Amino acid sequence: MITIAGAGLAGLACAYALARRGGAVRVFERADTLGAASASRYAGGMLAPWCERESAEDTVVSLGSRAFDWWARITPVHRRGTLVVAPRRDRTEVARFARRTSAYREVSGAEIGALEPALTGRFDRGLFFPEEAHLDPRQALADLATSVTQHGGEIHLATPAPPRVDLDCTGIAAALPDLRAVRGEMAILHCPEVEISRTLRLLHPRTPIYLVPRGGGTYTLGATMIESDHAGPPTLRALMELLGAAYALSPAFAEAEVVETGAGLRPAFANNLPRLDWRDGTLFLNGLYRHGFLLAPAMAEAAADQLMEMRDENPREFRTA
Amino acid sequence: MEIYGETLSSRLFLGTAQYPSPAILQEAIAASGAALVTVSMRREGIHGSGAGFWNLLRDTGVRILPNTAGCHSAREAVTTAHMAREVFGTPWIKLEVIGHADTLQPDVFGLVEAAKILSDDGFKVFPYTTDDLVVGERLQAAGCEVLMPWGAPIGSGRGLANPEGLRAMRAHFPELPLVVDAGIGRPSDAAAAMELGLDAVLLNTAVAKAGDPVGMARAMALAVEAGHLGHRADPMERRDMAVPSTPVLGLAELT
Repeated sequence: MITIAGAGLAGLACAYALARRGGAVRVFERADTLGAASASRYAGGMLAPWCERESAEDTVVSLGSRAFDWWARITPVHRRGTLVVAPRRDRTEVARFARRTSAYREVSGAEIGALEPALTGRFDRGLFFPEEAHLDPRQALADLATSVTQHGGEIHLATPAPPRVDLDCTGIAAALPDLRAVRGEMAILHCPEVEISRTLRLLHPRTPIYLVPRGGGTYTLGATMIESDHAGPPTLRALMELLGAAYALSPAFAEAEVVETGAGLRPAFANNLPRLDWRDGTLFLNGLYRHGFLLAPAMAEAAADQLMEMRDENPREFRTA
Repeated sequence: MEIYGETLSSRLFLGTAQYPSPAILQEAIAASGAALVTVSMRREGIHGSGAGFWNLLRDTGVRILPNTAGCHSAREAVTTAHMAREVFGTPWIKLEVIGHADTLQPDVFGLVEAAKILSDDGFKVFPYTTDDLVVGERLQAAGCEVLMPWGAPIGSGRGLANPEGLRAMRAHFPELPLVVDAGIGRPSDAAAAMELGLDAVLLNTAVAKAGDPVGMARAMALAVEAGHLGHRADPMERRDMAVPSTPVLGLAELT
């Protein structure tokens, strides 16, 4: 039996990767509701390796490219691309973004309007990343848990992990010395009068934002990036920036209902890339930062490689819980 | 150079926001040889919750100059400065009082007010100001032993919008350390500021948002040094016409 602490995105992705290979897994989760204590609850759920390359290393593209097929086996993946725009006064941001990224085509104002009629006349230049996709983070986590169970894995909610586990996926709660939190604040809008069908990114020198459609007129709006481990509710400043940006995308968002606001803590290492670490016989997967849904598949498969190899070599090493 | 009686090893000060990762920031600090790095207290400061990031900065061993970025009133800036002194154990504070949320232009009235309160309280204030001479005098009277005039609006990367203003400042405050803060976009901007005879350059976005922040940090360090050495070497005057550097005397008359 392979024991895992944490039924967030990382823990469940690993449990799935292991269970699919025939590993017997047991996942322990403190929270009594699936995903309640997981940072992924507040995620955008974007599979956007090429856009992320703007501020991340190449690893994000190479590891992220396998996420599409991995997730498509588990949960609906909407491969409608990402549309990147900027207000006219910030148009140099589009040029900068284009220089740092690839796999896009430049689009004119007319093409932006053709892709997303709700944005007609709002922007005169943008970038379209046709290969990118998004999923619904909460749906994906639930579907992932279902898949784990279907493959014979056990998930124990409201159950603290035993003192020693084989795999620790507890995110920011893991006491790793160089792990830090990067706070992200977000909002969920309900605005049926605005129809947007793909992920939008609004560039801004200080507060870039994204908007991801969830269907039925619901949108996830995110997210701030603050070097802070404060887990409290979003600040007024953060909400002003987020909601102001939504209004800049389309003034029709003024009538949106703000159905939820939230803040999560992204676990991150100094290089903002995830890492697998062995410590005292426990494997730690952590540091998914803002790339949880994008990089969890590759990292989970890598963790499963190591754990299955260990199990095959030395079955007694594994703890029974 | 000396500020507040302390010798600083470099004339380049680096801001720490907006880097792709703290690891790249650490490398950029090393490549820049910066004597000082500034850290924002305002957003990251809630309940001292930015400790993870601050610890990574402390690991670099470089001197930390906390700032009051994002404060819109003297009162807010003073509170933030006290928080910074507690967290970082230093009386040094880069004082920003922002007058306009969009242009990030300093509110010089609030700035002078906050500088006075903080100096009286033992802080060593580094005020982010404009190139206005009278404001500079008031800041000096308030106890500031350094002035940090802007080159151009924060994050604009436009270089020195008003070099004559900075030149006048240098002439007006010949002995006071002057640091160009904000607006530097390229190494040539940093060199230009140093060639005007200013004492140091503080920049952030130009390095953080470069495609290769570590490479740009090194370029800025070289530019600051080049500009400083150039200024000290007393550059030649500009002329409107060519002057051959070899003697004309003795050339054959071919006509």
